[in-house]
Amino acid sequence: MINIYEVAETNKMIEKENLDVRTITLGISLLDCIDSDINKVNEKIYHKIYEAAKDLVKTGEEISKEFGIPIVNKRISVTPIALVGGAACKTVEDFASIAKTLDKVAHEVGVNFIGGYSALVSKGMTPADELLIRSIPLALSGTERVCSSVNLGSTKTGINMDAVKLMGEIIKETAEYTKEQDSLGCAKLVVFCNAPDDNPFMAGAFHGVTEADKIINVGVSGPGVVKTALEKVRGENFEVLCETIKKTAFKVTRVGQLVAQEASKMLNVPFGIVDLSLAPTPAIGDSVADILCEIGLEYAGAPGTTAALALLNDQVKKGGVMASSYVGGLSGAFIPVSEDQGMIDAVLAGALTLEKLEAMTCVCSVGLDMIAIPGDTKATTISGIIADEMAIGMVNQKTTAVRLIPVVGKGVGETVEFGGLLGYAPIMPVNQFSCDAFVNRGGRIPAPIHSFKN
Amino acid sequence: MKKTIITVVGKDTVGIIARVCTYLAENKVNILDISQTIVQDYFTMMMVVDVSGMDKQHGDMADELEALGKEIGVVIKCQKEEIFDQMHRI
Repeated sequence: MINIYEVAETNKMIEKENLDVRTITLGISLLDCIDSDINKVNEKIYHKIYEAAKDLVKTGEEISKEFGIPIVNKRISVTPIALVGGAACKTVEDFASIAKTLDKVAHEVGVNFIGGYSALVSKGMTPADELLIRSIPLALSGTERVCSSVNLGSTKTGINMDAVKLMGEIIKETAEYTKEQDSLGCAKLVVFCNAPDDNPFMAGAFHGVTEADKIINVGVSGPGVVKTALEKVRGENFEVLCETIKKTAFKVTRVGQLVAQEASKMLNVPFGIVDLSLAPTPAIGDSVADILCEIGLEYAGAPGTTAALALLNDQVKKGGVMASSYVGGLSGAFIPVSEDQGMIDAVLAGALTLEKLEAMTCVCSVGLDMIAIPGDTKATTISGIIADEMAIGMVNQKTTAVRLIPVVGKGVGETVEFGGLLGYAPIMPVNQFSCDAFVNRGGRIPAPIHSFKN
Repeated sequence: MKKTIITVVGKDTVGIIARVCTYLAENKVNILDISQTIVQDYFTMMMVVDVSGMDKQHGDMADELEALGKEIGVVIKCQKEEIFDQMHRI
């Protein structure tokens, strides 16, 4: 039987070390909402989501109470809207009306984000894909809870550079449309290479076409728990370090698995995956950067950071894989700047640059995440940064993403406040040299060779 | 049998166990095991209880025990056993 020390350990993780389930995300297919009449599409989408998700928040809260574990977010992901709205939408306003519907239903069922205002254009764009992309600034500025993502490349298809170029412009435009709120719209817009179909985390969540009608995906978290566990093994060698991370990741993931199964049972929706992630929040003690410091770095960004992050990411997966029956999504350590106090401190201390962050994304999940850059950064420069990040994902057969926020009217040295889970961020300098000619070439970068690995 | 773990943490005082047990008896909750220890002056108690005879929802019991804890000046949590089992047993 469970003993008092084990119970105390679990409760200490929850109360003192910010152990939580970061999100229960209900994936809903909207493929059956396709219609040639935009009003009918909106109506069908509203009803399908409302019916599927009306008990989601209540169920999440019930599970939270039963096990005494906080479930921070309840969210929804839907089929990429470019596919759903393609037949009906003739203008950007048509697409933006779907965003309004998503926002409305998100408010009514009480979820804090709904993801899937998305297009998958890794090889080419259909007219509907392009129209959706062009509607993103309007959609994100006219809604509160809608998140948008665009898949721009993959290992199998290469990188769609036309779309990369377009997204540089769209990110700038979204920043402009939401400049009254410090360009907040860009915090809800992410571009991917190798986007997973079952990601429960925002802003990149969408319900892939390979998925069932409805599915429950759960994202776990627990940087604080890992950090506290590592405090007890200071000065020990890498074997001890790695074993400690693995054991901790196992425990954290088991909680996610339990919550996922319970939610699946209560909502009568199949269980999809657990996303094994270390997802930080701006709360003190809930930081991935602090783990890197505990491993032995003065600040995140110091020499050794990439190696430390690589081992952390790998051990989290090794520990987590055995704890869950199905693992998927992004699975790895997240390194968003604005959502992690340790990362913010590192930037302010001058230890962490955009280039070092790029190197770090080679060995962990996601990519350049929640990074505020000067508002006068050129669209082509943003496209260039995106292309670099997509190339890392394409060649390394992993998911990479970019979520940059060019804050209109602000420059290096200033700070931007997004509030809540999105945190705040110092504006980081961007390399000033031009890549205009590169970005303006047009076309796509071919898929990489899958042999002769070096 | 539906097992739930009740934990009580706080400053030691007279009658903590009595108050909690009275509540449980009134609600037809059977106590299977009690262990307690004092860690740095703090009273820590764990009870394994069977709630299959209880008429209330888990959430209501959790709320009421929390309120009772506030009255006594301790923190009372009530969690289904699975979370501990999952975390500490393969």
